[in-house]
Amino acid sequence: MSNINLQCLLGIQCNDFVMIAADQTNSHSIMVMKDDEEKIYKISDRLVMGVIGDSGDTTQFAEYIAKNIQLYKMRNGYELGPTAAANFTRRNLAEYLRSSTPYFVNVLMAGYDKENGPELYFMDYLASSVKVPFACHGFGGYLSLSIMDRYHKKDATEQEAYEILKKCITEVHKRLFVSLPNFQVTVVNRDGIKTLPVINSASLK
Amino acid sequence: MALLDFCRLDEKINLRPVDSLASFQNDVMGFSQNFVNSTQLATPPFANPVETLAQFNTKDETGKQIKIEFDHGTTTLGFRYKGGVLLAVDSRATGGQFIGSQSMKKIVEINDYLLGTLAGGAADCVYWDRVLAKQCRLYELRNRERISVAAASKLMANMVYNYKGMGLSMGMMLAGIDKRGAQLYYVDSEGTRTPGKVFSVGSGSVYAFGVLDSGYSWDLTDLEAQELGRRAIYHATHRDAYSGGIIRVYHISEKGWVNVSNEDCSELHYKYRAEKGEPED
Repeated sequence: MSNINLQCLLGIQCNDFVMIAADQTNSHSIMVMKDDEEKIYKISDRLVMGVIGDSGDTTQFAEYIAKNIQLYKMRNGYELGPTAAANFTRRNLAEYLRSSTPYFVNVLMAGYDKENGPELYFMDYLASSVKVPFACHGFGGYLSLSIMDRYHKKDATEQEAYEILKKCITEVHKRLFVSLPNFQVTVVNRDGIKTLPVINSASLK
Repeated sequence: MALLDFCRLDEKINLRPVDSLASFQNDVMGFSQNFVNSTQLATPPFANPVETLAQFNTKDETGKQIKIEFDHGTTTLGFRYKGGVLLAVDSRATGGQFIGSQSMKKIVEINDYLLGTLAGGAADCVYWDRVLAKQCRLYELRNRERISVAAASKLMANMVYNYKGMGLSMGMMLAGIDKRGAQLYYVDSEGTRTPGKVFSVGSGSVYAFGVLDSGYSWDLTDLEAQELGRRAIYHATHRDAYSGGIIRVYHISEKGWVNVSNEDCSELHYKYRAEKGEPED
């Protein structure tokens, strides 16, 4: 049984930045093995990827993508932008989906493009890929999506976006039957990648 | 055929005669690769080995009930604290309802500074731990320094990840001391590899976690830590039918690992009962 839907990924893109949050729970069957797992991977200077899914697949896939994007940079002397990286990732997901060893992962890819500004890509294990202003994965996402519909605006500041994420996580804590106590938050803007304080019930008070 | 080659269709469709697919020679080569390379196991020549092989657990072709039950059922735990890493395990190996052994060594001594615990399929664990021990020794000979726990756990995770979905069943902890200090990693056959402070693996882990979490703190003394590990495993052996036998406790510090104690869980049972002041019956 997979716990892909018991994990949660949230992402918000505004004019100047894109912010993603991921729960930090690592569970096996009924047990929580860890509550400080890092599910957001740095891919390059202005690109991060939140990955949830089958344990094992997540790390293997994220590292495979990250290393290949680094390799591309070394070979060609310039980096893949968020759009190109998302296309590359989607293509890989699609090819592995049709092999005997598919990666069972859901992904949010957040990056800052020099020309187009911040971008957020929603990808699932069936290798669909959509550019979106905000997105979620997992059961927690069902509860959060309407909050994002209600409060998201293009010109929000980083503080405002962080507050929206807090609203979502409060709702996840209140209505979701699984325990996702901690959420790590990462923001990507013109200056690069920044880790924000972890959101948990203590910080929500 | 020229057009076929030109379109590179031969790469997409197999047009060779059927017998060339399953030549005897290839089979022999394929199924004995592990003699040459220990990480190249023969895998079943069909898709979804886990589901397909599960049929062997019901009936054979004549309709006779057969059952292959692998050795399973364990309690192992490990935690990091200020004095290093502590590992404690039981020693019972079961195959279904049958107790195959009461004296199994579920802690593998990979080298003087690195230990691995076994849980899950006994055969898988023993085999892959041996392969890991070999890889770690080779690393040491090649690089003239001991392998880090992070690297060793990654070797293990990558090896078993190649067999994900093919029915490997193992959950192990790797504990040791390296340049970065005391380390504890959890690695399993799903491909998970994650560092942490407190882990427990196996069918009795739910019981062990209860005792472990309620008694754990970073500032435990060595003796308190040993007793906590022992107690947690003891309570797991008490409630979990698949755990039992001898409770082995290992401690790892800067000087390497030491085998602290190996005590019979039933003797511990009466000892703890006496401490509680309950009568022996």
